[in-house]
Amino acid sequence: MPRRTMIEAIRDAMDVSMGRDEKVVVFGEDVGFFGGVFRVTHGLQAKYGKNRCFDAPINESGIVGSAIGMAAYGLKPCVEIQFADYMYPAYDQLTQEAARLRYRSNGDFTCPIVVRMPTGGGIFGGQTHSQSPEALFTHVSGLKTVVPSNPHDAKGLLIAAIEDPDPVIFLEPKRLYNGPFDGHHDRPVTPWSKHELGEVADGHYTVPLGKAAIRRAGSDVTVLAYGTMVYVAQAAAEETGIDAEIIDLRTLLPLDLDTIVASVKKTGRCVVVHEATLTSGFGAELSALVQENCFYHLEAPVARVAGWDTPYPHAQEWDYFPGPARVGRALIETLQT
Amino acid sequence: MADAGMLRFHVPEPEVRPGGTPDFSNVTIAEAGSVPRPDIEVDPRTIRDMAFSIIRVLNRNGEAVGPWAGLLSSEELLEGLRNMMTLRTFDARMQMAQRQGKTSFYMQHLGEEAVSCAFRKALAPGDMNFPTYRQAGLLIADGYPMVTMMNQIYSNEADPLKGRQLPIMYSSKEHGFFSISGNLATQYIQAVGWAMASAISNDSRIAAAWIGDGSTAESDFHSALVFASTYKAPVILNVVNNQWAISTFQGIARGGSGTFAARGLGFGIPSLRVDGNDYLAVHAVAKWAAERARRNLGPTLVEYVTYRAGAHSSSDDPSAYRPKTESDAWPLGDPVVRLKNHLIKLGVWSDERHAQAEAEILDTVIAAQKEAESHGTLHAGGKPSTRDMFEGLYAEMPPHLRRQRQQAGV
Repeated sequence: MPRRTMIEAIRDAMDVSMGRDEKVVVFGEDVGFFGGVFRVTHGLQAKYGKNRCFDAPINESGIVGSAIGMAAYGLKPCVEIQFADYMYPAYDQLTQEAARLRYRSNGDFTCPIVVRMPTGGGIFGGQTHSQSPEALFTHVSGLKTVVPSNPHDAKGLLIAAIEDPDPVIFLEPKRLYNGPFDGHHDRPVTPWSKHELGEVADGHYTVPLGKAAIRRAGSDVTVLAYGTMVYVAQAAAEETGIDAEIIDLRTLLPLDLDTIVASVKKTGRCVVVHEATLTSGFGAELSALVQENCFYHLEAPVARVAGWDTPYPHAQEWDYFPGPARVGRALIETLQT
Repeated sequence: MADAGMLRFHVPEPEVRPGGTPDFSNVTIAEAGSVPRPDIEVDPRTIRDMAFSIIRVLNRNGEAVGPWAGLLSSEELLEGLRNMMTLRTFDARMQMAQRQGKTSFYMQHLGEEAVSCAFRKALAPGDMNFPTYRQAGLLIADGYPMVTMMNQIYSNEADPLKGRQLPIMYSSKEHGFFSISGNLATQYIQAVGWAMASAISNDSRIAAAWIGDGSTAESDFHSALVFASTYKAPVILNVVNNQWAISTFQGIARGGSGTFAARGLGFGIPSLRVDGNDYLAVHAVAKWAAERARRNLGPTLVEYVTYRAGAHSSSDDPSAYRPKTESDAWPLGDPVVRLKNHLIKLGVWSDERHAQAEAEILDTVIAAQKEAESHGTLHAGGKPSTRDMFEGLYAEMPPHLRRQRQQAGV
């Protein structure tokens, strides 16, 4: 099976979707002729023409707002916000319009759009190239939120998202674009070509939204993670020798609660890990759900390892990013309780 | 260089406040028939002055004059009059129903009936409006059932939107009326996207965007102009300048400095201003803009100069911020009276027939109201189920919502 980077896998997902359905259109800033600042849409305009893949003005609200109008017409826009940090001007359109169109019109109009946005830190991106705003989407009724962690899932989830009849926020951890990253910034990065999840089948396949994946089976503690933190958690488990069961959530909403609950009931312990800031982050929701659903099976409080409650700094990148050492400490402390 | 002194902060004020005498002497109004009607293929650069004038057809004597006249037959004009009268009567009844506690909220169109009623007649089936909350004339003029509108206003068991939406936030894809949102200006850029989609699909349908004078200050107004201009989208960008945004006069959105129409000029969009209380002028200009869009000539911006004669909403008291007599002083008059006088001048209408039509329309509206109320009002009779609250958010209900619906016991 061919191996692809996450960039190539996401591009392939759009290529496959555009080839299968002429209603799929792709646009955003620098997305057309140039092929995107991360090269994710490279070649799509040449292959499908400017009607299907084109450059947009620098106006996030305009990109999402026009996509909503296109979806109301009957197209299936898959648009890009250059960095998740720049989605805020589009937040009104996403939360008040895209999320509610089906509900408020009782199905008279629908909004089958996908909004792709590179997310996450670990790249010296500073305050406005590192944010993880997923909790701002999971809090919005009517949106679906997806965060892939590898090329195979990225392709299958994106095709599923494009085919989904409702609006999907598709957060792409840019730290994972070229290879998995476990937080050891001092070591050379391995490319996806050396990783089994870099195997991406040609043609059409989907990874269903709302289904988590167990990346490492274990019996001591359940780790709930997504995106880059999946690899950080794996490194932390190996380095501490703790037999952690690592669940890659893949979709945050709808959430695969069954897989989470089954795991925590088995291990009796749970550590939630994300890059986003702690307070009111998605980890709070996960922690509450585990407590509500697994209270009598819990041997220790649910722990959270997250970004600090500060804007994402530049120089202090590795003091901020929740690396394997911090996650490892949380695993040990949870087991000691 | 001389000392510039201290800086001073500027906050615009309307000419007159409550207690004062209304004065519209600063409103420059072109004579009916005086503004030329350019070819639709005109180079936008050559008609920039049209963004600063006002296209008018009906003169003081009730005659239709000038190059924008002559598009509508007497029958069409009589239908237009009936639609405007129906909207006005509908408004009055629903305003009263709100005062009677049968619904929570209402917004009238008083004085602005011509804008949406006449515009609708310039579109073709399949075209899509992206209205604000003050264009219900689009529905009335397209024959959307008044009973259905009232069912929505009452949030009763026959409400097509299942009680989920605030009154008057209608939706009808079938009638080319996009779902209304409470968030101002959002639909303006969505209309442009819809028009882009029509062009991408090599369709022949066009879109119409709607916004008020106050909401032009929202950033989505700018987004829409950029996208419409960049992609030459087949869209009509309508600005209804009724002088007031709740309590703030149009100067707070920086009207009066140039015009709202003039904002299109910076984007190379042909931009016209029209007498919004002149049914014939509104229709003629809308037709011109629709033709341009349909022939792939791109967007047109149209500012309708009118006056919000009623309160902003059933929750508003305009006597707190503007003179009570201001609407009487408005120089463009009342759209219903002006069309009525024109039809009398044409010899196809009379005061007697008008009074008779008023009575008939009132009967029709009351009959519709009775039927709607048989399905319930907000606090009495049938209403949508609690189950409907959970349905329809996603195509398929996700597990967490299913659990919450069960917790709610439905």
